[in-house]
Amino acid sequence: MLAYHFTEMPYPYVPQEVEDRYGTARVLLPNSYYDPKLGADLYNRYLDDFIYADDLGLEIMLNEHHQTLTCTDVSIPISAAALARQTKRARICLLGTPLPHRDNPVRVAEEIAMLDCISRGRINCGFVRGVGSEVHPAGTNPVATRERFEEAHDLILKAWTTPEPFHWEGKHWQYRYVNVWPQPYQQPHPPIWITGTSAGNVPWVADRDYVFAVFLLAFDDASYLFDVYRQRTAELGMPTPGEDKFAVLCLCYTAETDEQAWDEGRQLMWYLQRKRHPALFNPPGFASVPANMAFLAGIDKPRGDTFESLREKGIIIAGSPTTVAKQIKQWHERGVGHLLMMNHAGPMGAEMTRKSMKLFAEEVYPEVREMAPISVERVAAGLPA
Amino acid sequence: MVISALRDHVSMWPLSGSEIEVRSGGSGPRIVLLHGAYGWWGWEPVHQRLAERFTVVAPSHPGFGSSPRLPDVDTVDDLAYLYLDLIAARGILPARLVGFGFGGWLAAEIAVRCPHAVERLILVDSVGIKTSGREGRDIEDPFVLVGDEQQRLFWADPSRQSVPLPHPDMNEDLLEAMLSNQEAAMLYGWKPFFHNPKLKQRLHRITAPSLVVWGEEDRIVSPAYGKAFADSIPGARFVTIPGVGHYPHREGVEPFVQSVVDFLG
Repeated sequence: MLAYHFTEMPYPYVPQEVEDRYGTARVLLPNSYYDPKLGADLYNRYLDDFIYADDLGLEIMLNEHHQTLTCTDVSIPISAAALARQTKRARICLLGTPLPHRDNPVRVAEEIAMLDCISRGRINCGFVRGVGSEVHPAGTNPVATRERFEEAHDLILKAWTTPEPFHWEGKHWQYRYVNVWPQPYQQPHPPIWITGTSAGNVPWVADRDYVFAVFLLAFDDASYLFDVYRQRTAELGMPTPGEDKFAVLCLCYTAETDEQAWDEGRQLMWYLQRKRHPALFNPPGFASVPANMAFLAGIDKPRGDTFESLREKGIIIAGSPTTVAKQIKQWHERGVGHLLMMNHAGPMGAEMTRKSMKLFAEEVYPEVREMAPISVERVAAGLPA
Repeated sequence: MVISALRDHVSMWPLSGSEIEVRSGGSGPRIVLLHGAYGWWGWEPVHQRLAERFTVVAPSHPGFGSSPRLPDVDTVDDLAYLYLDLIAARGILPARLVGFGFGGWLAAEIAVRCPHAVERLILVDSVGIKTSGREGRDIEDPFVLVGDEQQRLFWADPSRQSVPLPHPDMNEDLLEAMLSNQEAAMLYGWKPFFHNPKLKQRLHRITAPSLVVWGEEDRIVSPAYGKAFADSIPGARFVTIPGVGHYPHREGVEPFVQSVVDFLG
């Protein structure tokens, strides 16, 4: 398996009572609570942690959100650009570009191709629809996010694979001359990664032989979606997808002993405890009518997840090196080849984050690497790993 | 508000290779009622009262209620042409149009496209135009509010009535209709937010005698906005109803019906 270091680059300095007063960590929480001097330290520290991951032999994952204290990486092309130059070997997984919310997909095609060239072919290119609250910062019609996602995807792929100017008159975008310079370093294009939470869109991912990633899902929920992917490829007579096609994101913390990890690693819960405003998070029309009906039917059920129950479900991976390796093995048994490690959340300091990263890299990763020996070189060459 | 079952008075009319849900009843001259962003909530008291004087025709726009969405119909521009086709096909030409909120915007778009297709125009707490500058917020956004906060925007007295917002305890048919309404409202109204920047400059084309009715305590679109709307329509009369909010036809059924009867005769 390949392991990726990830932090959302949170801004952890807003008092809880302020977040409570606004009922949300996103969109409506005034930016007067952001101090750029503290923000400067945070950005540089987070980027340094990514460079440290490169030094440790880990891969890198980035994502972006907007108008939120939970994630101040507002542009993955910017963070990836810094890291493309400052890292030596790591894959840089952009997971991902929120396609419905980028007003110019041709510009996305250019940016990713440029990053791929600067990094000499180390980019994994993730495309996401974006969570519901992202429609507000971008002003995107929630009803149109899926069709914008698909049109932008089709346009970008065509821009990477067409050796001459072409014409595009779609529903959402129109161009008379698309002729992207540069072209991706990895030919015909970087590996494409797509995230998902429900079965409906999985066949679209499987049809295209893309990497399918799930975030913070329990073993059973993730396995179900992976099975939908496998069934689809079987129906189409495609080769059985290998471990290189499945990725999972977990909250991760490794320490010398279980007790220490479960004590210190509890700080990761910060991410799950942020205020989510129901109307902002699920804007009208973002989810389908049946999905909303199912959601409402379950809304009164207590969530009640604890650090312990989340460990049981595989959403949190925490413990001694032995325990962490065992938990990761449980994911591997479900066919996962990419472990996206959210090694940091909220106020967790650099020292603690790095201690966990180092211990993982030295004591756990060699064993994890052997579970599913995915070749970075073959991934970069677009070959089955 | 006592609302009869969701399906009462409903029939499906053919439209554009598909169909459209229409609530109808009563006798006398036909009036076409175009609903707002939260749709119809059944055969409502206002329908019943108007049906005593008129033949009420109250369609659900494509995507609202049980009207299916139509392919490539995703703007108010599309809806305006669709309704012009519908009223022509049903022989309701020229039509007496009454538009509520979002439906007022739609009625105005129909009237500027085809002035002779409209015999009388009544706009009720209508959205659709831009009156302020780029940093002005003419139209309040209820969709980012939940529960009571949202109810407070709609009613002068939210203790007496409420909008049937999607809720787990709701009857399944109503829940499905309300969720469909939300989706359709966003489809047509998301951006620019429930208005057409070009509409105001086109309102001079309207030739039908017009009435603009407004709830004095409307917190979604203010009476000042309503006055500006009326001032842009040649010869339009502007009346306000005291003690009601965004829904005069629900919160003040009697004075509202009286204003319609006075105007239409």
